[in-house]
Amino acid sequence: MTTTQDYRSSIENQWCPGCPNYGILTALERALVALGRAPHEVCLVSGIGQAAKLPHYLRCHAWNGLHGRAIPAAIGIHVANPALTTIVTSGDGDLYGEGGNHLLHAFRRNPDITVIVHDNRIYALTKGQASPTTPRGEPTRLQFDGVEIDPAQMLATAVVHGCTFVARGFAGDLEGLSTLLARAIAHRGLSFVDVIQPCITWGKHPLAWYRERVVPVPTDHDATDRNAALSLALDSPDRFPVGVLYETAEKPVFAESYRVRVGDGPLARLPRIGRAAIQARLAAFVVNKD
Amino acid sequence: MDEQSVFIAGAAGEGIQTIGDVVARAFLAHGYPVFAVQEYESRIRGGNSTHRLRIASAPANAPRRDADVLLALNPEARNHYAVDLRAGGTLVASEAVDEQTIVVPFHDLAVEHGGSGLYANAVAAGALAAVLGLPIEIVVRTLAAAVARHGDAAVAGNTSAAKAGFEVARATLGGRAPKPLPKRENVYAFLSAHDVIPLAAAAAGCRFMSAYPMSPSTGILTAFARDPELGVFVEQAEDEIAAIEMALGASAAGARAMTATSGGGFALMVESISLAGMIETPIVVVLGQRPGPATGLPTRTAQEDLLFAIHAGHGETARLVFAPADPQDAIEKTVRAFDLADRYQIPAIVLSDQFLADSRFSLPALSLPSEIPDAHLADPNTIDGEYRRYALTEDGVSPRLYLGQAEALVYLDSDEHTEEGHITEDVRVVRPSMVEKRLEKGRRLRGEVAPPSRNRDEDAETILLGWGSTKGAIDEAVARLRGKGRRVGALHFTELWPLPEIAWRDDVDYWTIEGNATGQLARLLASDGGLRIEGRIGRYDGLPLDAATIVEALA
Ligand SMILES: Cc1ncc(C[n+]2csc(CCOP(=O)(O)OP(=O)(O)O)c2C)c(N)n1
Ligand code: SF4
Ligand SMILES: [Mg+2]
Repeated sequence: MTTTQDYRSSIENQWCPGCPNYGILTALERALVALGRAPHEVCLVSGIGQAAKLPHYLRCHAWNGLHGRAIPAAIGIHVANPALTTIVTSGDGDLYGEGGNHLLHAFRRNPDITVIVHDNRIYALTKGQASPTTPRGEPTRLQFDGVEIDPAQMLATAVVHGCTFVARGFAGDLEGLSTLLARAIAHRGLSFVDVIQPCITWGKHPLAWYRERVVPVPTDHDATDRNAALSLALDSPDRFPVGVLYETAEKPVFAESYRVRVGDGPLARLPRIGRAAIQARLAAFVVNKD
Repeated sequence: MDEQSVFIAGAAGEGIQTIGDVVARAFLAHGYPVFAVQEYESRIRGGNSTHRLRIASAPANAPRRDADVLLALNPEARNHYAVDLRAGGTLVASEAVDEQTIVVPFHDLAVEHGGSGLYANAVAAGALAAVLGLPIEIVVRTLAAAVARHGDAAVAGNTSAAKAGFEVARATLGGRAPKPLPKRENVYAFLSAHDVIPLAAAAAGCRFMSAYPMSPSTGILTAFARDPELGVFVEQAEDEIAAIEMALGASAAGARAMTATSGGGFALMVESISLAGMIETPIVVVLGQRPGPATGLPTRTAQEDLLFAIHAGHGETARLVFAPADPQDAIEKTVRAFDLADRYQIPAIVLSDQFLADSRFSLPALSLPSEIPDAHLADPNTIDGEYRRYALTEDGVSPRLYLGQAEALVYLDSDEHTEEGHITEDVRVVRPSMVEKRLEKGRRLRGEVAPPSRNRDEDAETILLGWGSTKGAIDEAVARLRGKGRRVGALHFTELWPLPEIAWRDDVDYWTIEGNATGQLARLLASDGGLRIEGRIGRYDGLPLDAATIVEALA
C-alpha cells in the first residue's frame, strides 16, 4: 500500500519556512495516498516560480519546464501516456500570466489532468511584482503606487469556458484542501483548483487575514449549475467561497476519439504503422499510364 | 520533345490550379515528366498568380523563369506576365494582342459547348493540349477522372468544353500546330516534398503532431488529420509555443513527436528549442521557410532561416539542422531526423521552404530507407538504484526512460540539474560537467552528418555551394555552364548542422548560391568552416532560384 513515506523526497526545500506552499505540498501528498496512487503512476508538471519547484519535493515523475508552459506540456504527456495521473502545480504568474492563453484553451479541451494554481497574488520568485491576481490598488515592489488594472477572474473564466471541475482551495486548511485535491484528481476531465496561498514574504496580507475571509461553499450550492457557480466565482473581492464551484461529467474528454481508434496504453507501446502501408501511400503518387 | 515551359496565369480562384493539374497529369499519363510550381499571392480571390509547368522528356525538376507558352485567363494576368513570355513564345488568351495570339474565348466556348461558364478551365486545358501537341483524348480522360465524383453531367460538360478549346486553338494554330507527341512508357511519381514528410514521419514512428497553421507548412498538419490510419495524434494548438510544448511533453512521455511551422512560428518556439536541449528530449521541427522579416511574403519562398535555425535558442546546446533537396531526400531526412533526434535526445530541425512545399516533382521512383530504426529507449531492467535521467556518460547520451515507462522515476528539469534531474546551483562541478555532457553530443553528432553531395567538382575551377531546395537549379546551371566550356562543379549541403568536416581546396573559386540576400551559408562556412568565398549569388525576391539566374550571374 502506498503511504506518504513513499512520496517523501530528499531534495532540500527552498521555500521560506512557514510558507503556505508547504500546506499544498502536504495536502497533495495526502490526496495521492488517499487515492492509492503510487509515485510511479503520477507525473507532476510545473513551470517556473516558487510554486513551480513543488515537483522536486515529491517523489514521483516530474517535468519542471519553462515559465508559463506547464499546461501544453502536461497535455502532451497525458495524451502520450494516459495511465499517468498528470497534475500541473505552478504559480499564478506562471499559469495566469505567462501561460494564460494555454489555460484558456485547456478549459475548452478538457484534458484529463488536474491544474493546481498556487495563487499568492504575487510574483514571489522575482521578488514581489504584481501577478494577474493582485487586486487593483495594491502596491507592490514594482507597482509602487498600486496596481492600476483589474485582477484576472480565472475561476469565472473557467466556468464560462466549460471547464468541467472548478474549485477554490485554501492552503491554510490542510484537511479541506487534501479532500478537495483528491476530488479534483479523481474527476475525469480538466480539474482546475485555484488555491489561496498567501505569500508571507511579499504578500500584503498574512494567512490570518485570509482565514477570516474564507467561507465554505454553501451546502445548498448546486455545483452543476453554471450560473450559480459563476456568482460564487465572482463573489466579493473580500470573501472567498472555498470548495467545488462547478462540476460536470457531461463533456467528452480530450483525445477520447483518438483513443477509441488506437486503443489504450502509452503511445510508445502501440505498434507503428507498417512499411507496406506507407509504401502504398507513396505509390499512390505515381501517375498511372493511360 | 522540346522542353516546354508553360505559365498558366490568372487570378486566385480562377482555376489555374485545376488547369495546371489536368495538363500535368495528362502529360504524366502520356509518359512525360512534369515539374509544377505554384506562384501566388496571399489572398483567396483576385491578384495575379501562375501555375508553371515544365514539361520535358527527362525530369527537369527545377523552375524556369521564362515561358514558352503563356495562357492568360484574364487581361490583367496577360499584361502582368507578358514580360515572362520569351520572344517567339505562344500566347493563349481570350482576345488577340497581335496576329500571333492564339485566341480562345474560354468563357464563351464553355457556355456554348459545355452549357456553363464553369467549364472555362476545361476549354483552357483543351487549348493547351493543342498548343503542346498532347492528344486531346488523354486530356479528356484525365478531366473525366478528376470530375467523375461530380456526376455524368459534369463529365459531359467538361469533355465538350475541352474538345472545343482544343479545336479552336488548333484551327488558329494552323500550320504552327505541333505533331502529336508519341506515347511513352515512362512512369513517374508526381508530388511535393511536403506530401511525403508526414508519411516519412509516420514510417519513422511519429505518433504525435501538434502545430499552428502557417504557410507553407499547414499542409503537413492537414495530411496527418486527413489520414487517421497513420495513427498519429493531431492537434491544432492555440499558438506555436503550445504546439512545440505539447509535442515535447508527448515526446518525454514516450511518443515520437513533431511540429511544423514557418519562420514566424519558429520564432515563438525558440525558448522551447532551448528547453529540448536542456531536458534532452527529442523533437522534430519542420521549418518551412518563407521570405521575412516578420510576416514578409507569406506565400513565397526564401532560404532566410538557416542561421536562425542553427542558432535559435538561448544558451549553448546541440542540435541537428537538415535541409532536404527534393521529395525523395525529404523522406530520408525526415526519417533520419527522427532517428538522430531520439538517439542523441536533441531537437532536429528540417528546413524546407514554400518552393518545396508547393512544387511538384516528377520522380521515377520513391522509396523508404531500407532500415528505419526503432526508438532508442533504455531497458528499465538494467537500471538499479535510483534512476539518473542525466547520468554522465562518455558520449554524453544518458539511458533514456520516458515518463511512466517503469517504476523508476523520471525527473526532467529546465533548470540546471543534477544527474537525477533536480535543480542545482553547484557551479563548481555539476554545472560544468552538464554543459560538457550536452556539448559532447554535438561533437559526436558531427560524425553522423553527411558531407555535401558532389557534382562534377573533381576537375572544376569554380565550385558552386548550395543547400536545400536549390539543388535542381544549381545542377542545371552546372550542366549549362559545362556546355559552354566552363569548368564548373557543385557541392550541395543537405545536412548543415553540425557542419560536416570538409577539406577545402585552394585551387578553386567557391561561390555560394542561396535564396537570401546576405549569404547565410557563405557566412556559416566562413565562420565555422574556415572557407574563403570568392563570390555569392542570392535571390531574395520571393521566387525560387533558377538556372538562368545563376548562369547569368556567373557570366
Ligand atoms: C520566459 C520567462 N520570463 C520570466 C521569467 C522570470 N520569472 C520566473 S518566475 C516568475 C514569476 C513567478 O510567479 P508565480 O508563477 O506566481 O510563482 P511564485 O514565485 O509566485 O510562486 C518570473 C516572472 C522566466 N523564468 N522565464
Ligand atoms: S517567497 Fe512567498 S511564496 Fe515563496 S516560499 Fe517565500 S513565502 Fe512562499
Ligand atoms: Mg505567485
